[in-house]
Amino acid sequence: MAKITFVRRTGQQETVDAEMGTSVMEAALDNDIDEIVAECGGSMSCATCHVYVDDKDLGRLAPPSDTEIAMLEGAAAPVKPSSRLSCQLTMTAGLDGITVFLPEEQY
Amino acid sequence: MTQAQVVIVGAGHAGFTAAASLRRNGYAGAIALITAESCLPYQRPPLSKGYLDGLREDRLSFRPEHFYERKGIELLRAYRVEEIDRTAKAVVPASGESLRYDHLILATGSTPQAARLPGNDLDGVFRLHRRADADALRERLVTAREVVIVGGGFIGLEFAAHARGRGKNVTIVEAADRLMARAVTPVMSEFFLREHVSAGSRVLLDTPVARLVGGDGSRVQGVELHDGSLVKADLVVVGVGVRANTGLAERAGLAVNDGVLVDRCLRTSDPDIFAIGDCASYPYRNRRARHECVENAVGQAHAVAGTLTSGESQPYRRTPVFWSDQADLKLQIVGDFSGSDRTEVISDPAGRSFSVNCYRDGALIAVESVNRPSDHVAARKLVDRSGCSSPAQAEGS
Repeated sequence: MAKITFVRRTGQQETVDAEMGTSVMEAALDNDIDEIVAECGGSMSCATCHVYVDDKDLGRLAPPSDTEIAMLEGAAAPVKPSSRLSCQLTMTAGLDGITVFLPEEQY
Repeated sequence: MTQAQVVIVGAGHAGFTAAASLRRNGYAGAIALITAESCLPYQRPPLSKGYLDGLREDRLSFRPEHFYERKGIELLRAYRVEEIDRTAKAVVPASGESLRYDHLILATGSTPQAARLPGNDLDGVFRLHRRADADALRERLVTAREVVIVGGGFIGLEFAAHARGRGKNVTIVEAADRLMARAVTPVMSEFFLREHVSAGSRVLLDTPVARLVGGDGSRVQGVELHDGSLVKADLVVVGVGVRANTGLAERAGLAVNDGVLVDRCLRTSDPDIFAIGDCASYPYRNRRARHECVENAVGQAHAVAGTLTSGESQPYRRTPVFWSDQADLKLQIVGDFSGSDRTEVISDPAGRSFSVNCYRDGALIAVESVNRPSDHVAARKLVDRSGCSSPAQAEGS
């Protein structure tokens, strides 16, 4: 298990346990993080699981693929350098304790 | 708000999203979500793709069981609605209690047309519609060698790519003169034909199937073509299109014509009953369309949830988006190419990364992209939506 902290727009934080190998998106859906919509179920065909990764954690992530970068352009909330599709963030021991901020809207 | 009751029949992408969206919007009344299946509501697109590769069963479900409890969504499983009693405003199951509604949402989806093919019930013949189909197919695929796919649409081709990738001998049999004929332009059909052939699949176009042929123990042995010839098979997947599930609506006296007829706000001919997703025939570009895709199901669910939460009718005005993953090819489509009078190919299909822009009367009505997600994302903003609502409304969506 690895910990993920979701930070809501209100500043409220929620830390959940995620199984290794599952995605940040899946952890959000399993734990009622309603800000993650995930319309396409994680196949990189929508951009409704958009999150902002905490700056302290950016260096720990594998870089986004070209497809992910392109799909992020379609996100409803502003895209920042820390923007990622949470379906593409797979939990590993190296990501334990990651913090992600939830955007205002997903569509 | 008074305790109102929304009953949703069908728990695919449309039905599930309607329930979740109502709660997300702050809807306070009772919500019942009905599924005829006994498992938790799940996504269907992975059934012909990732699920076959071993996607875990619990990852197929939209949400874990506790989601429904926490959100106050009454999930009725293995509940088959037989009739709608419009006078009593209730759905009536084959056995058990009727369920009263103030607003009813029909999200009954569609059913594969496979049943029309003689021999479709032979052992080793599959369709890819429900999770149980995929479970059985997944098991059989381990030992199968000769795989025949009847129907060269999205599902058939996705499965073909998967089976070929696992070293199976694959034959695709399509009655039309090109692949994915209903969904894409001829340029795109041609590209995918070349790709599947060069990956080692055999593709027979203009080839209607007469029947599926069984051997001992009623196990499928082959596919008989219209000219009497036989293609050997020990596993057959039939994907020849779907029919909207309209029986319930028809019996209730609602207007139906290849889909439950709805207005721009997705209301059926009974103002207390909505229809969304695959089963709904809605006004699109001065005609009626049923769009069988997740984007449409989800968008229509949001629109109805918005109407019921706000009390103000919210027209549906998204442009449909389709996607299909076949081997390493990601096909993404915005809009509906039918009715286009001019197409323009961007970049070179030989490079396996290109787009096809489709125009009608000078307006961009659809964009098909292969391995060009940036074109696709741009197209979502560019494709003209003026056909399905006034331009001003489209701007505001």
